[in-house]
Amino acid sequence: MMNASGKKWAFIAAIVLSFVLAQFQGEINPYFLQIIIYVGINTILASSLNLINGFTGQFSLGHAGFMSLGAYTASMITITFQATPGATSSYVMFPVALLVGGIVAAVAGVLVGIPSLRLKGDYLAITTLGLGEIIRVIIQNLDFVGGARGLVGIPKLSDFFWVFSVVAIVIFMISNMIHSTYGKGFLAVRDDEVAAQAMGINTTKYKVIAFVIGAFFAGVAGGLYAHFVSYITPSQFGFIKSIEIVVMVIVGGMGNTVGVILAAIVLTILPEALRGVAEYRMVLYSLMLVVIMISRPQGLFGTGFKRFFKKQAA
Amino acid sequence: MKLHVPLSLKILVVGLVTLLGVLALSSIGCNSGGGSSDEILIGEYSSLTGTTATFGTSTHNGLLLAVEEVNNGGGINGKKIKLLTEDDQSKPEEAATAVTKLINRDRVKAVIGEVSSSRSLAAGPICQSNGVPMISPSSTNPKVTQIGDYIFRVCFLDPFQGEVIAKFAYNTLKVKKVAILKDVKNEYSIGLAEFFSTNFKAMGGEVIGEQAYSEGDNDFKAQLTALKGMNPEAVIVPGYYTEAALVVKQARELKLDVPFIGGDGWDSAKLLEIGGAAMENTYYANHYTTSDPNPVVQNFVSKYRAAHNQTPDALAALAYDAGRIMFDAIKRAGSTDGPKVRDAISQTTDFSGVTGTISIDKERNAHKSAVIIAIQNGQLALKERIAPSSPAQ
Amino acid sequence: MSQLLQQIINGVSLGSIYALIALGYTMVYGVLRFINFAHGDVFMVGAFVGYYAAPRIAPLVGGNLFLVGPIVLLLSMIVCSTLGVTLEKLAYKPLRFRPKITILITAIGISLFLEFGGQLVFGPDPKSFPTLIPSTTLIDTPNLILTSTPVIVIATAVVLMLLLRFIVMRTKIGTAMRALSFNQQAASLMGININTVISFTFIVGSSLAAAGGILYGSLYPSINPLMGVFPGLKAFISAVLGGIGNIPGAALGGLIIGLLETFVTGYLSPTFRDAISFGILILILLFRPSGLLGRYEAEKV
Repeated sequence: MMNASGKKWAFIAAIVLSFVLAQFQGEINPYFLQIIIYVGINTILASSLNLINGFTGQFSLGHAGFMSLGAYTASMITITFQATPGATSSYVMFPVALLVGGIVAAVAGVLVGIPSLRLKGDYLAITTLGLGEIIRVIIQNLDFVGGARGLVGIPKLSDFFWVFSVVAIVIFMISNMIHSTYGKGFLAVRDDEVAAQAMGINTTKYKVIAFVIGAFFAGVAGGLYAHFVSYITPSQFGFIKSIEIVVMVIVGGMGNTVGVILAAIVLTILPEALRGVAEYRMVLYSLMLVVIMISRPQGLFGTGFKRFFKKQAA
Repeated sequence: MKLHVPLSLKILVVGLVTLLGVLALSSIGCNSGGGSSDEILIGEYSSLTGTTATFGTSTHNGLLLAVEEVNNGGGINGKKIKLLTEDDQSKPEEAATAVTKLINRDRVKAVIGEVSSSRSLAAGPICQSNGVPMISPSSTNPKVTQIGDYIFRVCFLDPFQGEVIAKFAYNTLKVKKVAILKDVKNEYSIGLAEFFSTNFKAMGGEVIGEQAYSEGDNDFKAQLTALKGMNPEAVIVPGYYTEAALVVKQARELKLDVPFIGGDGWDSAKLLEIGGAAMENTYYANHYTTSDPNPVVQNFVSKYRAAHNQTPDALAALAYDAGRIMFDAIKRAGSTDGPKVRDAISQTTDFSGVTGTISIDKERNAHKSAVIIAIQNGQLALKERIAPSSPAQ
Repeated sequence: MSQLLQQIINGVSLGSIYALIALGYTMVYGVLRFINFAHGDVFMVGAFVGYYAAPRIAPLVGGNLFLVGPIVLLLSMIVCSTLGVTLEKLAYKPLRFRPKITILITAIGISLFLEFGGQLVFGPDPKSFPTLIPSTTLIDTPNLILTSTPVIVIATAVVLMLLLRFIVMRTKIGTAMRALSFNQQAASLMGININTVISFTFIVGSSLAAAGGILYGSLYPSINPLMGVFPGLKAFISAVLGGIGNIPGAALGGLIIGLLETFVTGYLSPTFRDAISFGILILILLFRPSGLLGRYEAEKV
């Protein structure tokens, strides 16, 4: 594996590159720019979920809930302080808003992490689904953020630079974590929680950390999304959205950082390319999900962690 | 044996793949868009699939009729109209994507859409910032045309509709105490309920109770039972036909036999199909009715019936009018240049539409009358026509 | 408060349908230890079978409603059983020994496939469900209107549940099902054919879901391909509330959730209806995961 300083250079290079490329974003057809931005946002979402689902083995179906918390929080901040695209104050206000959004989502991550302490597998999945829906219903009933009708007038502050800087940060942070003691802790929880506990590993701590960090980045992704589309409604962050992110993690290979990124790219571009057959999109999606789970559960790109999928004794 | 690939290399590969993918996409895209020089490209975004698919299909059919008519007559200034349609799956974020594609990749000159106010609100800013005129056929929320000077509509507004329903209830049905059952998941319903309330109370009426449901719900017995206990003289249901029909049906089962009144969201062939006999003694405000003797209306209805074997609903009629107003504006402007078309649309006066005589006012809204439709003996009948209280500007 | 009786009737009829669907969830969980997410969509298919079958069957029996109803019900149950067993053999059986996550995601995939496939095949617009239950008014007072429809819905649900109890308690295969839910290994050692029993479980569960679909369509005559999503979730919550794997528990849970939802909608606010149901789920899972009637299963190391 690459050493720490090598990674650091790659990370800095990535940030500089995204800044440079961002200068040219006016030249690209806005339709394609839109696709690229969505690729970036989905990459952040999928990677953050990968930490919870893939590396720590906690099956979370409510990721869109974290995303929505970040989206709404960040938007309320920029709207209240009237950030405008291009203004220099926005260069400070936007990252702050994104951060606060991420923190709010992270707090929710703690609240979701706590039930996870006692629940396994299916139960955890349903609980996270329920919590995601509860978040959605709560937002739907908050009139000051527009309720069911949605929040209009979010300043369009997201661009190539911000999105891909966060992508670089997410990948850097998560890959660092995985190769540290935390990573060992996550994987231990995933592989055999009872054994880990018996070995004295504080599984609680690792589960909560996974949720918190995953939720944080989902929240930031939500903020980036909101500031790109300028109009958000609670129904955009429902169960279906959570499923779309889960599909990216599954197809990419749970726990496979690069696989998940590639899956995010492919699964963002594919629906656009299939615009002509849009009505078949979800049908194909679900079919693909089933087929992959039956024939190649380690995802298209594999995990390399084959132990996880060995046949368990009846 | 696992290959130890350094992370940086992996990221490089990923980055290259993305770039290649994007380049590939753009090369596919570059060939289309723009169209030939003797065609005028008009974009349409509507909900052809998803929860409100019937709205989108009606709109699409109405618009198609307008396009065919113009093209059969030789087009506009010698050029034929080419309609490019994108489906937004009944979702606001898809509406935004669809319109971005239509404008930036297909290079349409103007856009028609959408029925749902939330989808118009999502896509409108994109048309506005690109200087592409957009006419919404049926979004009734005031916020839509407030987006900017390129956004117009050919339907009446919800404040007006609320006033119309209030007037009808108070003056014609002579009811003073009503209850409201609204859809809280729907900007249209919430807005219309509010506008009705304000107007009704100003006239001296009383709203004795309000209950709510969510779009997609099936069971309203709890709410209706609660409302029944308050003894309303009429119940206002400013939602979509999908729920309204069930609401009325369940109300009748609970022996809540008072008149039910709705807005243009009720307009659909399915309303009577789902509601059945329960729909007797209900009314709704609408943009037009097929029983209007006006030759413009009858001409449209017979052509639509011939083409689609169905009676056109108000959405189809509005889309037809939206298309014709757009084409008329392009003709008057003598060009497809954004600012010129925009100005021509805003100067539309006394246009003889299927949905009434339409003038576009300063706020880019349509100045026209509404009709009240009564359901009697299983048929829709024109009950009353209510004009705006102030003249056109 | 004057409408209390009315709300109770509303709640019980809704609850009995939730109970029917919940039974399917609970039986499959008891035998396979997994949550069949696609179950709610089998319910939807049941309703659509009714929609397409009724107009075709009615002319064959001269429009006699007392015949059309039961025939359509039976037909729907047969179609859905076939669907359930097919899904089990194609998708769930190959994954029987894989980690729970795999099969869970597969179930979600199948659920989505049925929903969106349904939109494609049936069309996304709501359809008007045919009248299968002759509707007459039985009680007509200002505070309570009782028509035959909810009565027959509740009666049918009760009959089916009693039938189920008989099958589970008194027949050989029912006993085999119970044995399997206690201990799969021991059961197979005793000579029980696991595959047969599992298939039977799916047949019964899917039939009940189909019945639920028909009854639901009769109560709320507007059906669409996504109609199974929320009832499915509510039924699942009912099953967990009653104690997942516990058959009387599922019925009890369904009743409670149905009543609770109706009261919350009528007396509080409909917007919180879903949140309260999910809230109950989370509370149960946190504080009494075995449910009201269930046994606590310790995780053995």
